[in-house]
Amino acid sequence: MNKVPNNKAWFLVLPVFLLVAFSAIIPIMTVVNYSVQDIFDQNTSYFVGAEWYREMLRSPRLLDSLMRQFTYSFSVLVIEVPLGIAVALMMPAKGRMASLCLILVAIPLLIPWNVVGTIWQTFSRADIGLFGWLVNSVGIDYNYASNPGDAWFTVLLMDVWHWTSLIALLCYSGLRAIPEAFYQAARIDRASKWAVFRYIQLPRLKNVLVIGVLLRFMDSFMIYTEPFVLTGGGPGNSTTFLSQALTKMAIGQFDLGPAAAFSLIYYLIVLLVCYLFFTIINQQDNAK
Amino acid sequence: MINKRKTLGMTAYILFLLVPIYWLLNMSFKHNDEILGSLTLWPNNFTFDNYIVIFTDPSWYMGYVNSMIYVSMNMVITLVVALPAAYAFSRYRFVGDKHLFFWLLTNRMAPPAVFLLPFFQLYSSVGLFDTHIAVALAHCLFTVPLAVWILEGFMSGVPREVDETAYIDGYGFGRFFVRIFLPMIRSGIGTTAFFCFMFSWVELLLAKTLTSVEAKPISAIMTRTIGAAGIDWGLLSAAGILTIIPGILVVWFVRNHVAKGFALGRV
Repeated sequence: MNKVPNNKAWFLVLPVFLLVAFSAIIPIMTVVNYSVQDIFDQNTSYFVGAEWYREMLRSPRLLDSLMRQFTYSFSVLVIEVPLGIAVALMMPAKGRMASLCLILVAIPLLIPWNVVGTIWQTFSRADIGLFGWLVNSVGIDYNYASNPGDAWFTVLLMDVWHWTSLIALLCYSGLRAIPEAFYQAARIDRASKWAVFRYIQLPRLKNVLVIGVLLRFMDSFMIYTEPFVLTGGGPGNSTTFLSQALTKMAIGQFDLGPAAAFSLIYYLIVLLVCYLFFTIINQQDNAK
Repeated sequence: MINKRKTLGMTAYILFLLVPIYWLLNMSFKHNDEILGSLTLWPNNFTFDNYIVIFTDPSWYMGYVNSMIYVSMNMVITLVVALPAAYAFSRYRFVGDKHLFFWLLTNRMAPPAVFLLPFFQLYSSVGLFDTHIAVALAHCLFTVPLAVWILEGFMSGVPREVDETAYIDGYGFGRFFVRIFLPMIRSGIGTTAFFCFMFSWVELLLAKTLTSVEAKPISAIMTRTIGAAGIDWGLLSAAGILTIIPGILVVWFVRNHVAKGFALGRV
């Protein structure tokens, strides 16, 4: 659509700008301010420059949780995206069953995150949970509270349970937007199921998948509540992801300076990955 | 044959989604000794005691009221500021529009943990700590960018000619916007409200940090069930089940717009 140049439109945008600036720019500036100071109490603080950044980039605590975080976000995407597409393809296209499926699939998205943690906490305990009990009775020794591998498995399973629906719903709406004529043409060409998927459905899903992957990456990268409730970051530090390491440092130990430097590094990583992703997608579009 | 396989797969997925929830529901109707004593697929001694505790104790049910209040405030604030902004983005070109749009989206990417401490200090210093409005404003940080994004997509679907015809007919901007434009994109508004609800209702970290007594959300109150004598699983489950119900109601109301809304306009 042709847009009319009109700078008075700023008046319409101003409320949003002020609101978001109030709750984004002021806090971010506070964080920047902390990150370059060594703070003893309210009135005593020293300017330390980039010291905290240097310390944080060398700290094994940050690097460990960063590695865990990348592994986690990567596994989440690898499992949830194909599964979500598959679920979207299986969902009925119209009728009562379609609405029913939509509602049921959307339910996990609307459960408060700590309740999601609670659900899985109770569901996978070996003594009182159905899942934990079943796995143990098959003969596999499973205990998410003491075995790091099991803890990882449970946190991943919980995330798949919680968020695959988002990808599924996004893809479902993308699939509904494909005109019937495309399928008719494919039938005339006697295209196989796979060819229909590969050359008609998948390209058309690209836009929603970009949103889906971005949202899933951002949200899994800031995950806090669910693993906190489920495992408390343990056993040991095996499921302590970035957000949790950060809150431990900022609120638990009140190390404001290092925590602020940590925050900014964290934020920059998210921005950088999203920016790279956007750029790569755009370049592919332009290359065509 | 293929349809049968699809139904089977879909059923399996939905079972996978529902069984953990069923387990919570099951536990919410049991006493604590039955939960800890033996594994039963349905309650042997069916009881409403856990729910009665929640509905008769103000310190419990006020948690739900508090959550509802800040979620509704957030929804109203978000829509009021996002509607004109989305209109501006979809209709006009102005200095810095693209940068502003991208900047808004970057706020969606900020990990809440980063903002925790500064938010706490900011809202304390302006005297908003432990009020509903503080939580509502804090949640605006991620609901507003999303709302602008979704609404812009819906508004771009309305042809410019509609605006121009209305202006020729003598409508002023305000009257045109409220009387003609908003009704045309009401499904977009519904979807946006749904997303605001969704992200504000499920968020805990900020809501918990910005409140202590007066505006404490239900999710924070739930941690009370963890006492010296261990966890009261029955009560915890009942509280959990009650937080799921509003979500189901909301998705029921918007079910016909969900597919459209999730397309989120353009990218």
